[in-house]
Amino acid sequence: MMSKINHSTTERVGVYVCHCGSNIAGVIDVEAVAQWAAEHLKDRGVVIARDYKFMCSSLGQELIEKDIQELGLTRVVVAACSPHLHEATFRVACQRAGLNPYLCELVSIREQASWVHTDKHAATEKAKAIVSGGVERVLHHTPLDPLHVPIHPATLVVGGGIAGIQAALEIADAGFPVYLVEREPSIGGHMAQFDKTFPTLDCAACILTPRMVSIGSHPNVTLMTWSEVTNVAGYVGNFTVTVKKKARYINTDLCTGCGICQEKCPKKVIDDTFEAGLGYRKAVYTPFPQAVPKYPVIDHVNCTYFQKGTCRACEKLCPTDAIDFNQEDEIVTLQVGNIVLATGYDLFDARRVAQYGYARLANVFTSIEFERLSNAAGPTNGNIVLRDGVTVPKTVGIIHCTGSRDRNFNNYCSAICCMQSLKFAHLVKERTGATVYNFYIDIRTTAKAYDEFYQRVLEEGAIFVRGRVAEVTDASRMPNEEGKLIIQVEDTLAGLQRRIPVDMVILSVGLEPRRDSHEVAKLFGISCSSDGWIIEKHPKLDPVATMTEGVFVAGCAQGPKDIPNSVAQGAAAAARVLGRIQQKEIALEPVRASVDESKCSGCRICNGLCPFNAIIFHEDRMVTEVNPALCQGCGTCVAACPAGAISGTVFSNEQIFAQMEGLLLHNIEHPPLTEGVLA
Amino acid sequence: MTTKLLFYPGCSLQRTARPYLDSLVAISPLIGIELEEIQDWNCCGATEYIAIHHLASHALVGRNLALAAQQSNGTHTVMAACSACYLNLAKTDSYMQVNAQLNRQVNDALQAGGLHYQPGTVRIRHLLDIIVNDIGIEEIRTQVVRPLKGLRIAPYYGCMIARPDRDNRWDNVEHPLALDKLMKAIGAEVIDFPLKTHCCGGHMTQINMPTAYELIRRLVYGAAQYHADLMVTLCPMCQLNLDAYQSEMNRHFHTSYHMPILYFTQLLGLAFGLEPEVLGLGKEFVNASQALSRIGIEVPATELELEMVENKPARKKKEKAGLPMPQMRHSEEEDE
Ligand SMILES: Cc1cc2nc3c(=O)[nH]c(=O)nc-3n(C[C@H](O)[C@H](O)[C@H](O)COP(=O)(O)OP(=O)(O)OC[C@H]3O[C@@H](n4cnc5c(N)ncnc54)[C@H](O)[C@@H]3O)c2cc1C
Ligand code: SF4
Ligand code: SF4
Ligand code: SF4
Ligand code: SF4
Repeated sequence: MMSKINHSTTERVGVYVCHCGSNIAGVIDVEAVAQWAAEHLKDRGVVIARDYKFMCSSLGQELIEKDIQELGLTRVVVAACSPHLHEATFRVACQRAGLNPYLCELVSIREQASWVHTDKHAATEKAKAIVSGGVERVLHHTPLDPLHVPIHPATLVVGGGIAGIQAALEIADAGFPVYLVEREPSIGGHMAQFDKTFPTLDCAACILTPRMVSIGSHPNVTLMTWSEVTNVAGYVGNFTVTVKKKARYINTDLCTGCGICQEKCPKKVIDDTFEAGLGYRKAVYTPFPQAVPKYPVIDHVNCTYFQKGTCRACEKLCPTDAIDFNQEDEIVTLQVGNIVLATGYDLFDARRVAQYGYARLANVFTSIEFERLSNAAGPTNGNIVLRDGVTVPKTVGIIHCTGSRDRNFNNYCSAICCMQSLKFAHLVKERTGATVYNFYIDIRTTAKAYDEFYQRVLEEGAIFVRGRVAEVTDASRMPNEEGKLIIQVEDTLAGLQRRIPVDMVILSVGLEPRRDSHEVAKLFGISCSSDGWIIEKHPKLDPVATMTEGVFVAGCAQGPKDIPNSVAQGAAAAARVLGRIQQKEIALEPVRASVDESKCSGCRICNGLCPFNAIIFHEDRMVTEVNPALCQGCGTCVAACPAGAISGTVFSNEQIFAQMEGLLLHNIEHPPLTEGVLA
Repeated sequence: MTTKLLFYPGCSLQRTARPYLDSLVAISPLIGIELEEIQDWNCCGATEYIAIHHLASHALVGRNLALAAQQSNGTHTVMAACSACYLNLAKTDSYMQVNAQLNRQVNDALQAGGLHYQPGTVRIRHLLDIIVNDIGIEEIRTQVVRPLKGLRIAPYYGCMIARPDRDNRWDNVEHPLALDKLMKAIGAEVIDFPLKTHCCGGHMTQINMPTAYELIRRLVYGAAQYHADLMVTLCPMCQLNLDAYQSEMNRHFHTSYHMPILYFTQLLGLAFGLEPEVLGLGKEFVNASQALSRIGIEVPATELELEMVENKPARKKKEKAGLPMPQMRHSEEEDE
C-alpha cells in the first residue's frame, strides 16, 4: 500500500451527490454525504459539495456549469449512477462550462451502494468512502483531447439474409459503396427456403426475389458469395478486411446461368443446407432457381472429377466453356469504414430431444423440413406427404417450443415459432384437410396482426392442446394407435394425460446462434452472450451497435426475431452507418492504454488478451504497441502486464492507487462488515 | 488390469435374481472385475420403505454406506447390479451431502451401532455404468468368442439408472444408448426400443395388479411389435415383473405373448463362450430356450415349462425409399 495522503493540492473540486429520486436517497443520507465532503475533504481541494434530486436533469447539469464558472472549479466529482449511464452527460456539461470533460469523475453510489445495501447507516458511510475515492482520483486526471479519425465511405455487410440485404440496399441506395459477403453460393438466407410468410401469407419468394435481384444489379453493391471474411484489422473508419472467395470452378465472366451443367451432372447429393436434407442437388449447383448470383458452384467434395479424376461432363456440355477446374481460392483485401454483421441463426438440432424421435421415427419432421415440404418449388412440389413421398397425412401434430423454453436446452423463447406453427397449421388444413393438433405451452403472438392470425387458425378448426409433450413414440398400446405416431402429453387445461395418435409430427425447433458465432465474434472484435447471440451496445437504447465502434449488428444474429424486425434492424444499422459516413470523420474517446516501450520486456502476455485486437507486437524491436484507434480503454492489458509497462489514460496506476487511498480514508467510520458493505 | 469394486449385492440377487448374480460372477474375471462383497450388508429398503419412513429408510442405507466406507481398501467405488439398490444408495449419499439435518440424523442413528458415514466418501455406481464407461465396449468386444448373430434384442433400461443422471454418465437420459451399444458389440441385433426407459410396474405387482398388468403388457407388446426375440434387463425388479407376471398378464388380457426376459450379464456370458448353466439360464419363467436355440445355443429345460402359442403380429412395413431420412449423428460408427 502506498503512503497516506499528505500532499496538498491547489485544485478546486466540486462534489455533487445525486438523490436519483428515492433510488439513492431512499437508502443513503445524501445530504450528510455532501456535508461530510464539504467539511472533511476541504483540504483535498473540495470547495463546494451539493446534493440534488436529479443531477442528470438540465437543472442539475446547470448547477455544475454555474459552479464551474462562478467558483472557478477545476475538477468535478459526481456521485450518482454507473458511468455506463451518465458519464458522457456530465462530461459534456463540464465541457459546456469550459472545463475539459476528462477532468470530471462519475462515481457510482447507486449500483454499488444504495441498490445493494439495506443498512442505511453503513450505506451512507460507504458512499462517503466512494466520494472520497473519486476526489483523490480526479486530482490525478489530466485534460485530454479526443482523437479524430476519417471514415472510409465503403461498408462491409456480412451475411446475405433478409437483414443483410436490407442493410446493404439502404446504404447502396444512399449512394455509398457496399461489399456484401455471403458464405453460401446465393444470398437469400432462411427466408428463401420458405413458401409462405406469416401473418399475411404472402409468398416468400415473391417479396424476397426482387430485393435479391436489386442486390445483384446494384451499381454500388459488390456481391461476394461463396466467400468468407478471414481477417479484420484496423478500427472504426478504417477497417482492412480480408475475404476468401472460395473457388467456384466456374468462370463467371463466361457463365450465362443456363443450368445445363446442373442438369447433366451425374452426381446427386442430399442437400442438407437449402433443402434441409429433404431433397437433392447435384455436385454442380445453384441452391435454387432464383439464386443470386445465377452462377453455380462445383462442390469439390462431391464432384466425381475431383474425387475420382474422371467425368468432366459439365465441362463438355457447357455451351460457353465456363467450367474451370483449375480455379483456386482467391484472397481479396477490402478497405471499409463500417461493418454490419447479419449472419442470422442456425436451427436447434431436434435429435437432442431424443424422446421426440427425430431421425429415429420417419414421420417426425422439423419445421424447416416442413417449409421445404410445403414449398411449391420444394422436393414434393408443395405436396404435404409423409416420408414415403406419397401418403397424405390425415392427422398432424405440431409441437411448439422444441428445444426452447427448456432448462435442458435453451431457456429463451425463440419468438417466431408460435407464429410459424400457426402458419403450418393453416397450410396443412388448407392443403390436406387433415386434423391438426398444436401442442403449446403459451401462445406468443404479440406483433401486429399476429393474434388475429391465431384467431383465424382457431376458426379454421385447428385443435390446441396446452401442455409440453412428454414423448413421441411408435409403441402403440391400443389397436387404434397401431402404425401411428403417438403423442403423449399432459393436457393441462383438461387436467389429464392424453395419447393422441397422428400420422405426422412437426417439431417447431428453436432458433440458435450460428454454431461458429464465437469465432465470428472474435474475428470482428465483438462479444457474444454465453449462448452465442451477439451482444448489442444497449439492449433497449442501442440495439444495433456493438461495444466495438464501427461494428453493427442486424437480424437474428443479435437474437431470435421475425422478418419485419430483421428488416427494421437492417435498416436501422444502415441509418447508423450512413450517419457515420456523412460525418466524414469520427471523434474517439481518448481513454486509451499505451505501452512504455522502455519498460516492455516483450513477454507478449498482453498480446492475446485484448478483446478489441488493439495490441500489435513489433518483432524487430521485440516490443508491444497499443493501437490507440482500436483500443477501447478496457484496461485488461494494463492489469496483465507483469512489467507495469502499460498504463491507461484515466486509469493509470497513480489514479487507481489514489482512489484506493481515498476509499480507505481514516476519518470515515468503517461500520462492522456484517453486510460486507466495503466491497 | 483389474477393476476392484465394493459389491453391494442386495436381497434380490440372493434369491429371485440368482441368475443375475451367477452370470455376473461368471463373467467378472473375464472382463477384469474383482468383486469384494460389503461385509454384513443389509436391505436397501427397496422401493417401498422410503414412502413409509423417511429417516429410517435413509438410516438403513446409511449403514451400508458406512460399512462400505470402512471396508474400502484400494477402492471407493461401490457397485450395485440392482437398479433399485443403486438408486437407494446413491439417493441417500447425495441427500446426506446436501441436507445437513438428514446427515446429522442418519449419523445419530448409525452411532447406536458404532458407525459413522461422511457423505461423498464412496462413489456409488451401477454395473452397466462400470462395464460401459470403465471397462469399455472395445474391451468387451475383444472377449467375444461366440457373437450372438441373429438374435434380436429389445434393450430395456427401466426407469432407475439413467434419471437423474449423476455425474453425466449417460449419453441421453430419455433415450440412452449404452446398453444398445454393448449388445451390438457382442453381435446381437438391437431394436430401437421406444419403451426402453418406461416403467416395468415397480411395486404395483404388490399393491395394484390391474395397473401392473397394463404396464407389463405395454412393454412386452412393444417388444413384440418390433419382433424382438427377447428383452434384456439390468434390474432384478424389472426382470421379475416382466418374467414372473407375464403369464398372469396374458391371462388377464387374453393374450399369448412369449417374451423371454434375460439379464445383460447372461448374454455377455454367452457371447464370451460360457455354458448356459453357469449363467443361470433355464431358471426364467418365460423360457428363453427357443429364442436361443435359433442361434445354436441349447439351454436346459426351464423349471416351469409354460406352453404358449406364439402369435406374432405381422411384420411392420419397411419404409420404402421416399424422402431422405435424416441421419443420426455418428450413425455409421454405431451401426458398424
Ligand atoms: C421454419 C421457420 C419459418 C419462419 N417463417 C417466418 C415467417 O413466415 N415470417 C417471418 O416474419 N419470419 C419467419 N421466420 C423467421 C425468419 O426466418 C427470420 O426472421 C429471418 O430469416 C432472419 O433473417 P436474417 O437475415 O437475420 O438471418 P438468415 O436468414 O439466417 O441469414 C443469414 C445469412 O448470413 C449468412 N452467413 C452466416 N454466417 C456467415 C458468415 N460467417 N459469413 C458470411 N455469411 C454468413 C447465411 O448463409 C445466411 O445467408 C421463420 C423461421 C423459421 C425457422
Ligand atoms: S452450363 Fe456453363 S453457362 Fe450454363 S450454368 Fe453451367 S457453367 Fe454456367
Ligand atoms: S465434373 Fe463434377 S460437377 Fe461436373 S458433371 Fe461431373 S460430377 Fe458434376
Ligand atoms: S415462440 Fe412460441 S413456440 Fe417458439 S419458443 Fe416461444 S412460446 Fe415456444
Ligand atoms: S505484457 Fe507488458 S511486457 Fe509483456 S509484451 Fe505486453 S506490454 Fe510488453
